[in-house]
Amino acid sequence: MKKFFSFFIAIIVLSSISNNAFSISPDVFIQSTVNRASQILSLNISKDEKISKLKIIAKETVDIKGVGFYSLGPVRKTLNEDQKNNYSKLFERYFLKSFSSRLAEYTNPEIEVKSKEVLNKNYTIVKSVLVGTTERPEVKIDWRVYTKYPDNPLIRDLIIEGLSLARTQKEEFSSILNSNNGDINALFKTLEEFSKN
Amino acid sequence: MIRLIKISLISIFLSANAFAGSDGSLELSKKNLSTKDCFEGFNRASFALNQSLDKAIFKPVATGYRALPSPVRAGTSNVLENLSNLITIPNNLLQGDLISASTNTLRLVVNSTIGILGIVDVADLLGFPEYVKEDYGQTLGKWGLGHGCYLVIPVLGPSTVRDTAGMFVNVLGGDPYYNISVNGNNEFLDGQLYATTKILSGIDFRAKNLESIDNLEKNSIDFYASVKSLYLQDRERKISNSKKVIDTMNDGSWEEIDTN
Repeated sequence: MKKFFSFFIAIIVLSSISNNAFSISPDVFIQSTVNRASQILSLNISKDEKISKLKIIAKETVDIKGVGFYSLGPVRKTLNEDQKNNYSKLFERYFLKSFSSRLAEYTNPEIEVKSKEVLNKNYTIVKSVLVGTTERPEVKIDWRVYTKYPDNPLIRDLIIEGLSLARTQKEEFSSILNSNNGDINALFKTLEEFSKN
Repeated sequence: MIRLIKISLISIFLSANAFAGSDGSLELSKKNLSTKDCFEGFNRASFALNQSLDKAIFKPVATGYRALPSPVRAGTSNVLENLSNLITIPNNLLQGDLISASTNTLRLVVNSTIGILGIVDVADLLGFPEYVKEDYGQTLGKWGLGHGCYLVIPVLGPSTVRDTAGMFVNVLGGDPYYNISVNGNNEFLDGQLYATTKILSGIDFRAKNLESIDNLEKNSIDFYASVKSLYLQDRERKISNSKKVIDTMNDGSWEEIDTN
């Protein structure tokens, strides 16, 4: 009985160690992500090459599917499975193009992580600053990190000087849907055209 | 007479807002409802006009302004910011924020004297708290008035009915700089100088945001909607006077999305 009890305790301890061993602190995750992006942006390679490399980082660190469904707003509840799959594919292409080409405009940006604020078990806000230069002032950038799965934290939003990019995108999508009587195909078409251009 | 016209214009704006909503209640009193785009057709046309003006005039001028030496730009920016204290201070008082009113009064005095008409931000060097601009639109918001309908004003850009009403307060006696330069009888300041200051503020803002606005336009699928969203988010943040990120993202719809 004693042997069984010790074995049981060992299992609990080991599983708790293994859980903690793979969890990544959100601030460390953000600093390492921005360092990777910074490194790419400072490389002496073409803009297209930078964009391709940035896309890889974005795929690994951003919850693209989650951001996509958030951007759809309540409409997401009305889509069937086929539409959801189609949307996810289109959104990923749109997001990667938009995100990476926005970032590729910067050369060697220096981002310093300052602090973090745990909102709840699912979300932590990591606060950072884009260090100012003679050409631009310091910019505050906060990251909404989805931490439900601590071993795989993912970025869900960027809040630049208090302005949420995800919310802006959501309102942009909503505007397109409103202008087309809520026709989801109109949004699909717009996303497709953006990705092609 | 001009005063009467201005008051009438405000009344028209406010009454238009009151009846634009379909539920028949006064939109301005509904602080938490999302801002309606009651004049979308007009707004989009006005937005297109502003974009054309921007491409033809404002952007080239702002690009030229950016070519000026950095100390010249910083000095200009400081003078403009120092002048904005004249609107911020009465609004601090109207919002009951006596501490900020005193700090900003001291800031104005120090920068206007030791800082040579505000060219040097001495207050910043002395470690004053970060300057936060206030205006009458923000004060109306603080008093509980909602945005009202979204509005894009030709040349001036994005606004709301409430913020436009706030702008009118400036020229109805709420801006001491306007009162002294336009209505005051003195040889140093006049309406032309006031207008130049306002134009310069616009150029300074555009020059500071050359890349970010271009980038936003290039990567937007509906640029009008993006600008509207960013403007309204910015106003919400300023009215709440909050630096906390959570306040700008109070959106429960995140919670139900689980993609892992």
